[in-house]
Amino acid sequence: MDIVGLTIEKLHKAIKNKETTVTEVCQATFERIEKLNPKLNAFLNINKEKSLERAKTLDAKLKNTLDLPPLFGVTVAIKDNMCTEGITTTCGSKILENFVPPYSATAVLRLEEAGAIIVGKTNCDEFAMGSSNENSAYGVVHNPWDLTRVPGGSSGGSAAAVTADLSIVALGSDTGGSVREPASFCGIFGLKPTYGRVSRYGLVAFGSSLDQIGQFGKTTLDVAKVLSVVAGRDPNDATSSNCEVPDYLAALKSLDIKGLRVGIPKEAFGAGLNPEVKDNVEKAIKNLETLGATTVDVTLAHSEYAIADYYIIATAEASANLARFDGVRYGFRSENVKNLSDMYKYTRDLGFGAEVKRRIMLGTYVLSSGYYDAYYLKAQKVRTLIEQDFRNAFTKCDIIAMPTAPVPAFKLGEKTEDPLEMYLADIYTVTLNLAGLPGLNVPCGFSQGGLPIGCQLVAPHFQEAKLLQVANTYEQNYPNTKHLEI
Amino acid sequence: MSITKQDVEKIAGLANLALSEEEKECFTTQLSSIVSYIEKLNKLDTEDVLPMSHSTLSGDTLYTMREDKLVASLGQSKALANAPDGGEDHFRVPKVIG
Repeated sequence: MDIVGLTIEKLHKAIKNKETTVTEVCQATFERIEKLNPKLNAFLNINKEKSLERAKTLDAKLKNTLDLPPLFGVTVAIKDNMCTEGITTTCGSKILENFVPPYSATAVLRLEEAGAIIVGKTNCDEFAMGSSNENSAYGVVHNPWDLTRVPGGSSGGSAAAVTADLSIVALGSDTGGSVREPASFCGIFGLKPTYGRVSRYGLVAFGSSLDQIGQFGKTTLDVAKVLSVVAGRDPNDATSSNCEVPDYLAALKSLDIKGLRVGIPKEAFGAGLNPEVKDNVEKAIKNLETLGATTVDVTLAHSEYAIADYYIIATAEASANLARFDGVRYGFRSENVKNLSDMYKYTRDLGFGAEVKRRIMLGTYVLSSGYYDAYYLKAQKVRTLIEQDFRNAFTKCDIIAMPTAPVPAFKLGEKTEDPLEMYLADIYTVTLNLAGLPGLNVPCGFSQGGLPIGCQLVAPHFQEAKLLQVANTYEQNYPNTKHLEI
Repeated sequence: MSITKQDVEKIAGLANLALSEEEKECFTTQLSSIVSYIEKLNKLDTEDVLPMSHSTLSGDTLYTMREDKLVASLGQSKALANAPDGGEDHFRVPKVIG
């Protein structure tokens, strides 16, 4: 069985026609992982034995091929910041090197209940803090399109795994763009759902008011299928929403976007945007018009404050969330210390990497006495202004289209010297996390150097069905046919 | 506002981080540059704007607490299994009082 380009739809068709088995697909997947992972470093942990055992069980249980569970036999890669019972979960950090979670994240459990196979845990920036996957304690991930370039971050391993056909789909997490930006750099679909759409239970917290579990796939349909399984209320996460989960697959049946109003924020097409990205995103917007959509100009006037706002709020929340890593209950502990206080301090200094420490420091500073009002409270107010921009825009349009990232995948090491420059890679994505909105990266072309470029579609809260329907219509009419060779 | 090395030491203390001299120097420069960047927010008048802590949480009835029902918890042995220095029913830490 050739697993290159395999989607959920193709897999299920092959199983129904008795052309393949879950075991066969699983074996081919691990062969490919063993061959390519040394080049990509996408996986930190490969779950081979348990997966093959589970594949056998799934094959044996299969009697009625007409009614397959939604993710039957689907190979899934999980970002290593989501708890998987019995499988090491490091968050890309030394401080959790030997952490074996006693429970699984709700999203992971739901995937397994739907028949999916967790093939492994993927590399990521330490505690999801980064835009290039260069902040992992376990080495960088290489972009499958060009091994000298970053895959994007922080969910770089998940994006690279799906792109290189090491799994059919993957889960990542998105706090400021960590699913959409790597999806853009790798040329696949990557969705950040509405805040509260997917349970965060078992996702190791970074910025609790921003974090959301996202889905990667090579097609809109695959993303929709995974979202259908993981979305919905979870009593274990008080911020997971009761809002009804619509039938996303039914929404994809319509390929009609006539009359769709697409908002174009001029702020997202100004200085700092790479011309090739601009051209390709504008071409995608033209293509939507050809399909019957109309464009309207909208204003996201506070966009230029988004990165500053985000880095105050995200680091403040991170500094509180990461206080729990102190060498007492789990993870690494520094040896040879005199007292408890020193144990905390040296454990954290030795256990965390530079970017994590930098963000803890910044977050602690903006929350500290005397600075709280000037920075943190101010940022919360600006957050309101950023959300209002979107509310106003959505009175004029149904969705917004803009670039996902200002540049295509950059070279490994290119931006590691200057943290601020790295933060600017998130300029178009962080606003959605601040406002809680869903966003989807749609691959829309390639640079002359052959690097993927992505267009970001944004919808009002809980309107993922609209995003997926528009993306699918685009994908069916303007399919991405470029072949990847590694 | 620029950040001094003394500021970095104070913040590191609050954050329970034992930074090396090299790290202190590096963070002094980097945090100064990041802080002067985030101060661009001061250009905005937010006098009459309410702060926002969560995106759709405030005043939204879609988010509710779960029913207050007793459910099984992890249990002691599972909860302690990852402790770097643990016994059957406890964590062990270095001396607290000298």
